[in-house]
Amino acid sequence: MKKTALITALLGAGAITAGMAWAEPVEDTLIINEETELTTWTDAPAAVEGALPEVISGWHFRGTETRAMQADDFDNPGMIFVEQAMDAWDTVEGEAGKSCASCHGDAGDSMKGVRAVYPKWNEDAGEVRTLEMQVNACRTENMEAEPLKYTGTEMTSMLALISSVSRGMPVNVATDGPVAETWEAGKELYYTRTGQLELSCANCHEDNYGRMIRADHLSQGQINGFPVYRLKNTKLNGVHARFKGCVRDTRAETYKPGSPEFVALELYVASRGNGLSVEGPSVRN
Amino acid sequence: MKRTCLTIALVGAATGAIAAEIAPGEVPFEEGAVAVSLTGAPGDPARGREVVGSKSLGNCVACHANSDLSDIPFHGEIGPMLDGAGERWSEAELRGIVANAKMMFPGSMMPSFYKVDGFIRPGNAYTGEAADDSFGPLLTAQQIEDVVAYLATLKY
Ligand code: HEC
Ligand code: HEC
Repeated sequence: MKKTALITALLGAGAITAGMAWAEPVEDTLIINEETELTTWTDAPAAVEGALPEVISGWHFRGTETRAMQADDFDNPGMIFVEQAMDAWDTVEGEAGKSCASCHGDAGDSMKGVRAVYPKWNEDAGEVRTLEMQVNACRTENMEAEPLKYTGTEMTSMLALISSVSRGMPVNVATDGPVAETWEAGKELYYTRTGQLELSCANCHEDNYGRMIRADHLSQGQINGFPVYRLKNTKLNGVHARFKGCVRDTRAETYKPGSPEFVALELYVASRGNGLSVEGPSVRN
Repeated sequence: MKRTCLTIALVGAATGAIAAEIAPGEVPFEEGAVAVSLTGAPGDPARGREVVGSKSLGNCVACHANSDLSDIPFHGEIGPMLDGAGERWSEAELRGIVANAKMMFPGSMMPSFYKVDGFIRPGNAYTGEAADDSFGPLLTAQQIEDVVAYLATLKY
């Protein structure tokens, strides 16, 4: 489908004005540190059957330099936060006198694969948990420490560490069983046209990905690359902070990070990327 | 902010046009078009050009490319090019499209620029907070008329 669009556009290029940049996702291969090849463009998973022909990581929608930054850990600014989180991993905090390492040992072993399946159902708590919620559950229940701010740097750094050890593994979020209801609620939100501009996630990221909206090149709004180091705000950004920004841009009253609405939306959006590799921490503009 | 715009528009209206202004909820659509001026007077194409290009006003180029505004960088690719809009559509049709494009194109992604109700979680501009009593249409009646006058000048 994209190939055909490209040919049509080239044939019709005479009609394109000077101010318009050509905006298809770039065909390229993401290999991290010259060894790990990531799946960044693949067949549509069940969650988007009929809605998208294929799923594409936001990486393909960024410029040459931004893409290159993510291919090498020495150039990826997100990796600095991973290092900080490695220290936090070993740091004892809270009344119980424990660190993350006290229970989980080496993060590289125990956390491998974890990012790929979140958000997921927690049987004991009887709720769908995002990875942020699980980190805070460990802190409050097992370490007896204060929870981290949901979208704060300490939290996004910890998520970057946990994601980094799953890079290259396919996102594989469950959508049925006990999470089915939450998934449906997330889907509903995805297609709801909010705010004074009456725009849904799908208006921009399903119907118009690949096109320019003013200076921005619209991607599919996938979250396999989170947390994301953004050159624009020079920090790591979590999923709910991004959702909040996008909803705000529809001139709407946003939901709060960590709210049941954003948890449901995250589960649904994550499932739209099932099959793409875990990429976090990624680099975007 | 909208209140201020409205005040300026009213103050600037000078003539008897004020009495004739049509409120957002009372726009007489006929098959997506609106035959009468919302202010009772013709708009100013030069000001309309500014509204179409400005990020803080119509921001139409976010979605539409327009050769006449090639001095402004970054035009979007979401809607059709505006080149020739004044030949494809009558003034009444253009007014209908700008005031509420969903009356002409059901389900359109184009925002409704002269509408104040029926929104889901309307916010206070781009703050992410809930709308307060400063909430008004995206463009004033005067700005809609200015944009319509400008679009009518766009020929191939
Ligand atoms: C008015 C258009 C618009 C709407 C509506 C919108 N977004 Fe976005 N979104 C953008 C733009 C522009 C970007 C930055 C470029 C890109 O990656 O697409 C973006 C980026 C994102 C990203 C980051 C992708 C990456 O690879 O870093 C995610 C995730 C996302 N959006 C999710 C959503 C969700 C979920 C919704 C609905 C709640 C939504 N967006 C609604 C315009 C929009
Ligand atoms: C968020 C995207 C968006 C914005 C912002 C937007 N439009 Fe549109 N517009 C569209 C789309 C999409 C269409 C195509 C109609 C359809 O099928 O929905 C359209 C159609 C039109 C048409 C008819 C074009 C034709 O020749 O068929 C005109 C005229 C127009 N828009 C003018 C404007 C003006 C003026 C503004 C700003 C005041 C504006 N638009 C803002 C998306 C947008």
